[in-house]
Amino acid sequence: MTEHQPWRRFLFLALFVSFFFYSASVYTSGTALNTAPAASDAALRGQTLFRENNCWACHQIYGLGGYMGPDLTNVVIDPNLGPDYARLFIEEGTDRMPNFEFNETEVDDIIAYLEYAGAAGNYNPKKGELTWYGTVEYER
Amino acid sequence: MEQSNMSVNKPARTGINFVMLGLAALGGCVLLGVLGAFKYLYPEALPGFEFHQLRPIHVSLAVSWIFLAAIGGIYHYLPHYRGIKLKWPGSVDIHFWVFLGTGLLILGAYLMGNFGGREYWAYPPSLSIPIFATWIFFGIHILLSMRQEKEPWPVYYWMWMTGIIFFLITFSEAYLYLVPFFNENVIRETTIQWKSYGALVGSWNMLVYGTAMFVMERISGDKKMAHTNEAFLLYILSFIALMVGWSHHIYAVPSATWIRMLGYAVSMAELAILAHIIWEWRKSLTPDQKHAHLISYRFIFASDIWVFLNLILAILMSIPAFNLFSHGTHITVAHAMGTTIGINTMILMGSVFLMVENLCGSRFAGWSKKWAGHGFWISNVSLIVFLGALMIAGSMEAFIAWEDFYEKTEAVVPFLLAFSVSGIGLLGGLWMVVVSALNMLMPVDPREQIAPANTE
Repeated sequence: MTEHQPWRRFLFLALFVSFFFYSASVYTSGTALNTAPAASDAALRGQTLFRENNCWACHQIYGLGGYMGPDLTNVVIDPNLGPDYARLFIEEGTDRMPNFEFNETEVDDIIAYLEYAGAAGNYNPKKGELTWYGTVEYER
Repeated sequence: MEQSNMSVNKPARTGINFVMLGLAALGGCVLLGVLGAFKYLYPEALPGFEFHQLRPIHVSLAVSWIFLAAIGGIYHYLPHYRGIKLKWPGSVDIHFWVFLGTGLLILGAYLMGNFGGREYWAYPPSLSIPIFATWIFFGIHILLSMRQEKEPWPVYYWMWMTGIIFFLITFSEAYLYLVPFFNENVIRETTIQWKSYGALVGSWNMLVYGTAMFVMERISGDKKMAHTNEAFLLYILSFIALMVGWSHHIYAVPSATWIRMLGYAVSMAELAILAHIIWEWRKSLTPDQKHAHLISYRFIFASDIWVFLNLILAILMSIPAFNLFSHGTHITVAHAMGTTIGINTMILMGSVFLMVENLCGSRFAGWSKKWAGHGFWISNVSLIVFLGALMIAGSMEAFIAWEDFYEKTEAVVPFLLAFSVSGIGLLGGLWMVVVSALNMLMPVDPREQIAPANTE
């Protein structure tokens, strides 16, 4: 070990420890749910179905996921679309989406999950307002 | 640089086997990528295979290529070049077979439509247990082995160590959704999923950039470059980017503002420093050195160019005002593909051909060398068209006010077709490189291991 290594080791440890404090803040205050009610059991089952059928491969929530299908964050809470619109796609499939043959309860659960995701925040980035220093303030 | 030496001890040979498996994964990855691209355009094609199956196989093979090539490099370089005696040489074979076995189980799960996670880890969570267990063992093994180093630690040791440790942390974070506290809050669940994926990329960047430093040191023969303060600064910036850089992925998620602002502030400074170091390294090479390891040099040189191009895009994307439009479009795909292929794959290919050129010496000639050279150019030229088409499609999606998703999707089809066709070029080019490398890295007749095989 050289004369350089003690401070390098110290720097590594300092960053390593700060990572844990930073992560703890993200896990708690950084992601506190302020705008939506707690998830219902149906919404949590819907979330699991979303994962187990890899819906993320094609769809996005908050713009995160695949691009084969549209972002679904606000589909169910959108008054122009709504749960019936979503139900039709989930039950029938399309030429771009297979019919997963969900039963009625499963479809209800997925819709409950989408409703819950939509209630937690709005994903409509085009409606943002630019600030002079390069960030964006937009409706949540 | 030392001349070719076919005598390779057992763990170093298993290191090469990791690299060979990684090359096979890369070959499968680009094939699945092309099939997935055409499936996206023509959903009725390939009946029996759905996009939501093809995409995770493609992604998992890409991640496998990066980790296998990086792990194989570490197992190979430590004993073969640094003179480190691995603590538990027998465990290297076990690690290899567990990785291969788990990979096949994951592939089977995807083909049967059995999913559970998301993005990089879309398979059922139980399959992560062998990966986690062997990685802990791998980490302890490499750390104990590197501690034998009598010289001061070069920066790539720090990078490898950090990459190994943070892979474990990010891999664990990706499964926090199994804990109700995280799963029952959609903002928390989404944010932490993407925190883990962003930091995962940071952890493999540590392994890959460490490998780049090692390859550059070997090619140039300059042993000081991995000990400079500048190289250590790159490491520190990569470390900070690993910690907080992920947050530009979640600008649109309504988490706390400070998370996003911190990511914005850190941005992608590590790439600028890396580009600078590679640039300085190129200047230090004499013409003879450049020609001594032409293929490995070409790949590292190509990564230098791609770092510059991706740097511009990465910095743009980390500005919230730009991210607002680019988020959720094919610009993001260009960013992901550009860094995975242009930077990570080029650097790892530099590492692969460093092995080839050193192990095979003048045996690396004839069609193998031609294929590697032609494949290099075909893949890089294809990548220019590939990323250009994605950028145009993504820009149209981002900056034009579309009526709905379907109108937007139809409008970008010509550009996604160009992307898919150039993907065939990328497939051809990378396959040529992969076949060339596999041909040279295959175990040779034991008699040849006594002396370098200068048969051509």
